[in-house]
Amino acid sequence: LSSVSLGAGAGQDVGRSCILVSIAGKNVMLDCGMHMGYNDDRRFPDFSYITQNGRLTDFLDCVIISHFHLDHCGALPYFSEMVGYDGPIYMTHPTKAICPILLEDYRKITVDKKGETNFFTSQMIKDCMKKVVAVHLHQTVQVDEELEIKAYYAGHVLGAAMFQIKVGCESVVYTGDYNMTPDRHLGAAWIDKCRPDLLISESTYATTIRDSKRCRERDFLKKVHETVERGGKVLIPVFALGRAQELCILLETFWERMNLKAPIYFSTGLTEKANHYYKLFITWTNQKIRKTFVQRNMFEFKHIKAFDRAYADNPGPMVVFATPGMLHAGQSLQIFRKWAGNEKNMVIMPGYCVQGTVGHKILSGQRKLEMEGRQILEVKMQVEYMSFSAHADAKGIMQLIRQAEPRNVLLVHGEAKKMEFLKQKIEQEFHVNCYMPANGETTTIFTNPSIPVDISLGLLKRETAIGLLPDAKKPKLMHGTLIMKDNSFRLVSSEQALKELGLTEHQLRFTCRVHIQDPRKEHETGLRVYNHLKAILKDYSVQHLPDGSITVESILIQATAHSEDQGTKVLLVSWTYQDEELGSYLTSLLKKGLPQSTA
Amino acid sequence: MAAHLKKRVYEEFTKVVQQQHEELSAKKLRLAKPSKSAALHVDLCKAASPADALQHLLHFARRPVEVESVEGVVRILLEHYYKENDASVRLKIASLLGLLSKTAGFSPDCIMDDAINTLQNEKSHQVLAQLLDTLLVIGTKLTENPPVRMRLVEVACKHLTDSSHGVRNKCLQLIGCLGPVEKGVAKEVESQSAKDVQKIIGDHFNDQDPRVRTAAIKAMLQLHERGLKLQQAIYCQACKLLADDYEQVRSAAVQLIWVLSQLYPESIVPIPSSNEEIRLVDDAFGKICHMVSDGSWVVRVQAAKLLGSMQQVSSHFLEQTLDKKLMSDLRRKRTAHERAKELYSSGEFSSGRKWGDDAPKEEIDTGAVNLIESGACGAFVHGLEDEMYEVRIAAVEALCMLAQSSPAFAEKCLDFLVDMFNDEIEEVRLQSIHTMRKISHNITLREDQLDTVLAVLEDSSRDIREALHELLCCTNVSTKEGIHLALVELLKNLTKYPTDRESIWKCLKFLGSRHPTLVLPLVPELLSTHPFFDTPEPDMDDPAYIAVLVLIFNAAKSCPTMPALFSDHTFRHYAYLRDSLSHLVPALRLPGRKLVSSPVSPSITPSEDPCQQFLHQSLERVYNLQHLDPQGVQELLEFTIRDLQRLGELQSELAGMADFTATYLQCQLLLIKALQEKLWNVAAPLYLKQNVLASAAAKQILEETYKMEFMYSGVESRQVVIIHHMRLQAKALQLIVTARTTRGAEPLFGMCEKFLQEVDSFQRCFISELPHMQGSFVDKLLDLMPRLVTSKPSEVVKILQTTLRQSTFLHLPLPEQLHRATATIIEPTGESDNPLRFTSGLVVALDVDATLEHVQDPQGTVKVQVLYPDGQAQLIHPKPADFRNPGPGRHRLITQVYLSHTAWTEPCQIEVRLLLAYNSNRSKAAKISKSSWSDSMDALPPSENAIEGTIPFSKPVKVYIMPKPARR
Repeated sequence: LSSVSLGAGAGQDVGRSCILVSIAGKNVMLDCGMHMGYNDDRRFPDFSYITQNGRLTDFLDCVIISHFHLDHCGALPYFSEMVGYDGPIYMTHPTKAICPILLEDYRKITVDKKGETNFFTSQMIKDCMKKVVAVHLHQTVQVDEELEIKAYYAGHVLGAAMFQIKVGCESVVYTGDYNMTPDRHLGAAWIDKCRPDLLISESTYATTIRDSKRCRERDFLKKVHETVERGGKVLIPVFALGRAQELCILLETFWERMNLKAPIYFSTGLTEKANHYYKLFITWTNQKIRKTFVQRNMFEFKHIKAFDRAYADNPGPMVVFATPGMLHAGQSLQIFRKWAGNEKNMVIMPGYCVQGTVGHKILSGQRKLEMEGRQILEVKMQVEYMSFSAHADAKGIMQLIRQAEPRNVLLVHGEAKKMEFLKQKIEQEFHVNCYMPANGETTTIFTNPSIPVDISLGLLKRETAIGLLPDAKKPKLMHGTLIMKDNSFRLVSSEQALKELGLTEHQLRFTCRVHIQDPRKEHETGLRVYNHLKAILKDYSVQHLPDGSITVESILIQATAHSEDQGTKVLLVSWTYQDEELGSYLTSLLKKGLPQSTA
Repeated sequence: MAAHLKKRVYEEFTKVVQQQHEELSAKKLRLAKPSKSAALHVDLCKAASPADALQHLLHFARRPVEVESVEGVVRILLEHYYKENDASVRLKIASLLGLLSKTAGFSPDCIMDDAINTLQNEKSHQVLAQLLDTLLVIGTKLTENPPVRMRLVEVACKHLTDSSHGVRNKCLQLIGCLGPVEKGVAKEVESQSAKDVQKIIGDHFNDQDPRVRTAAIKAMLQLHERGLKLQQAIYCQACKLLADDYEQVRSAAVQLIWVLSQLYPESIVPIPSSNEEIRLVDDAFGKICHMVSDGSWVVRVQAAKLLGSMQQVSSHFLEQTLDKKLMSDLRRKRTAHERAKELYSSGEFSSGRKWGDDAPKEEIDTGAVNLIESGACGAFVHGLEDEMYEVRIAAVEALCMLAQSSPAFAEKCLDFLVDMFNDEIEEVRLQSIHTMRKISHNITLREDQLDTVLAVLEDSSRDIREALHELLCCTNVSTKEGIHLALVELLKNLTKYPTDRESIWKCLKFLGSRHPTLVLPLVPELLSTHPFFDTPEPDMDDPAYIAVLVLIFNAAKSCPTMPALFSDHTFRHYAYLRDSLSHLVPALRLPGRKLVSSPVSPSITPSEDPCQQFLHQSLERVYNLQHLDPQGVQELLEFTIRDLQRLGELQSELAGMADFTATYLQCQLLLIKALQEKLWNVAAPLYLKQNVLASAAAKQILEETYKMEFMYSGVESRQVVIIHHMRLQAKALQLIVTARTTRGAEPLFGMCEKFLQEVDSFQRCFISELPHMQGSFVDKLLDLMPRLVTSKPSEVVKILQTTLRQSTFLHLPLPEQLHRATATIIEPTGESDNPLRFTSGLVVALDVDATLEHVQDPQGTVKVQVLYPDGQAQLIHPKPADFRNPGPGRHRLITQVYLSHTAWTEPCQIEVRLLLAYNSNRSKAAKISKSSWSDSMDALPPSENAIEGTIPFSKPVKVYIMPKPARR
């Protein structure tokens, strides 16, 4: 029996991922995200939900972080340092490396720029990271004696992983965010046929089937190329990590291939630090980068240089990647204001923009923007939208389910209406139960655990020797004694069991009297019975003992005259418990009476 | 039985042991060299521990065993086998038995009984498996013996119940390799057992061990390969195996399903979960398509590859593979391909894109969406997007094969192929370009597709660009804008990469001749003519202008109205280009101009080509006029050589032939000249100068003969004889000259002997050709052979001299096709004035890029030579991987040459050139004669036959380098 509760996050919502799984008595927290949309208490998950009283460390066995996006790890320092958690936190090596950079950046924006107090400090981030245990892909980590976790590659961003959590024979797979189609810098998510009891999958694109990536890439490159050839400048607002690297690789290789000379700039800061890690974690990237890094590390950009504020006024074509991605502040907005007036220039929005940002306005076709100070900015430059998203689409989710073959599926991290559709599809195609709990809701899933039992080799050999060869598909009956001791199950032979338990063997004997009308003498009756049985039970050893009794295997039959009626003979049949089958057969046989003697 | 055998074996070998011990004890007898088997026996007997014995066996296994003693050795091994308690030693013995029975010339049926017997008492599973392996080896050696095979199969069937997977594995392998496949012979018995074999193997498809399952499928495939028709019933079982947990099982199952789909394409199978039925090949296609999205990339590659060869599949299923229904928030969305197509058909081209252009349209019925299709849906879409490039390449190959057989499919897959032009791996891009070329007869490119294709022209990889040029050569373009676009992009390519000139011209030639009607409306614009004004005459040497003209002239060939649009200078340029680039510019029928060649051109067939005629006539002349006075002959030869050389320059297709004959005539001329020298009549030392001349002539002839033999492809044995004959004459000349100049007979002895040996070997090599050589030097020489062998060197020389002078001049027959190996170094260009600077003592890498034409086996023969100004020469052997083969007869060498030198004070030029290495051992003569004369050839001393050398066959390129002294 394992239960999943959604600790005030994830559920049918994007952002603030936080899932609590209780599996066979172990409690695991999956992800610890924050919500970008809120600036108050609601931005962090409600940890009081986990346990009302008592420390979190006592309640939780471990915390697992799937990747470095803030909606999956943003609340971690708050959780571990301010709420208080001292247990292990598991994440992959790249996540461990990049996560603190993002957290620090997030802290700076919240505290330094917005001036909030009561927020975690740099020291807290450092302390929190000390509690982190890094794991490798496909490495089975034993959290304690029973709980083990294993990471699988998930694509999405550098270091993103899916985790399998296993206790005994019950297991849960948590996907985090994943991507089933490879891109320019990362490979596709992959999992083996681990047949978990439950698969917890994200479902951001539950109702979307996407077109091939190639068209989008080609479009993107063509646009950039054309603008640069015309002598225009291209602005690409990006978030510092993830898609930015993909676009960089894309442009870099294109420049290389096409022998282009126009400069490409990347606004400095955060990105440079992160890029450093991209260079190091080559094993986490896609096939092409892994294969060619011996000659040249693809992240050592030849054409992409660091941006300087002054470059924006340089004449001639150039391409600039600038943060932030929604054009709402910072460098990207500054550059945008400088270039917006020229129709030769172009801005490419590579992702979704929140309502109210400049990005959203220009995408919806607004040509005149009101800036601060009542300035009106006329946008003459071309505006393009190009979606590069790294989540699995509906097909990808189905593909993952097909690969892992779970017994139950639970959808999180998506919109309720969309999830409904996917849920229906999953149930229809795979015939497995599918759940989609809301925030704070607990789902209980009944598992049908198979219980491993140790059996001694001797017993196994002895038992298999009887009857046919073992067939994988058919169950087989075995005799033995099941000993449950110290949380383990053992199947041993009865002698062994007796010996171990220090018991003496008791014999259980059944006796039965059968009355037969036979006027003859006792020993003659005995002889008749003997002959009768001998004739019928050809495969058994039937013996007539000198004292007049008959044995069939170990069953004893004695004929005595009835004390009152001499014409009736009493047959005493006695057998042990082990011979129950034969014994009862014999009695029923004898009850039918003896055949009329021919003699 | 076994006990008896054992006894017999013991009896037999006790004797041997005794003898052996005697031999060893008496040291004198060591000369008698104990047989190998005996030595082994002693070793094994002496071995104290199993490890020791194992060592002996390992040691023993390293040496080969003679055929005669194999049986003895086997018996000894078997004896030890029975005695041995240690499983590892038994295992080694068992493997040795297998090795031994492989010995060529040994028939293992005599040891088969013993081998089978050993199986009976064996307890160790590993040894059992090894023994079965040995039986497999024995069985494969005795394939012609059905009873033996039957027996082995029976043995294998008996052990199929073994509990170890290894044993079951081997059993299945054995059954697969040896199971009866013939149906016709002895019908009752055979067919019965044949059925059995399939059933037995089929039963193990459900084995609990994945390795055994794999082995079972492989065995089934093996049976199929050996010609047994598999039963259709297996199909169901195989389908279940596709869902196996283990990749090797799935991989093998995919293969099996493919085999079955090829065997029973038309039979009908039911679709589970509905009561419909479909053709088996379609069902199998769907299933294999499903495997393209398998979890293991090995299986994916396998599946993608096999898809290509399933051509009987119905078009409905085929088209599904490219289908992927897009949706966004449950609403139907059009793919980028569909949008592009729509844009194109609506007449609006390259509109600025709006946001929301790809906004989803109609609502989708949630029930109708099938996320995981049972059928072939989207298989190629997945395959082409796979993360492993191996899968992508396999998918592209499969697409290619399917599209070649189905034009409709070719049209559909075009969008996807075009997309692949942007793959991140160059190999995949190249492959998809090649694929596109292969299916180009089935397709017409839309403008937007052409646009994407042409964008790749800017690629920095030369391979890609060249492949793309080849593709453009055979593409159909639908509109005149398309042609214009192509031309513009090609010109852009030309300015960016001037080295692509030839390839681009060639491409435009075909583009023009394929689309004359589309070029016609473009002509005024392309030539920038104006109805009223004269425009300036373009620069004739501008490669871009030439490119435009090549396009136009080739289009004009089949479009007689076009020349009317030309301006005056265009006609002049035509005349010039027709002469200078005759392979690119066709003969046109121009108004007001009667070109000599144009009226003839339609009627000529290749054999009657005037050039060819000219070639033959001039040769004819030479061969007929051999009895003229020497002066006349010389002049005629000189003229003919000059003519031929010029012909070769003009007519590229005849160049090989013309050069070849010219070289031959040159040799002849040199010989005649050498023999004309006056030195022959006078005492030698007085005419030292002429002497030098003659010996130089001999040397040159030798060189030329090597060139003739090794530089031309298509040389047949008839030519080789003549070449060798010429070489023999040159050697004779050399001998004579040496005889004249040196005093004393001592050195001559060796030379004469060597020469006679050569004559001898010539005779042996070319005995079949000798009748054609009446009156030739060698013919006469062979007549005089008995005399020569016995006479003194001085006499030999005298005889040689007269024969040489009297011998007639052999007619050189020409082969059908003759091409001269040529090489052009593209890079380095040799134009740079900037010296390549590097620190002396260190190395600098120089990129060398060259095209090689008509070189056979370039990997083995082509070398790069670097000549330093101080005369130092360096020979570099490029790696085999540096050679690419872009087309038949063409090779491309892209390599790096490492240069190094001590410091110079000034930059200086080094020469880089390509050499063709030859080795007369590999000569064609040797190859030809090998079959009939292998024995005598082997007997020849190798030093005589192995003359190695190199022929320079490219123009040297000068590279400016400057090794600087190292700074300290």
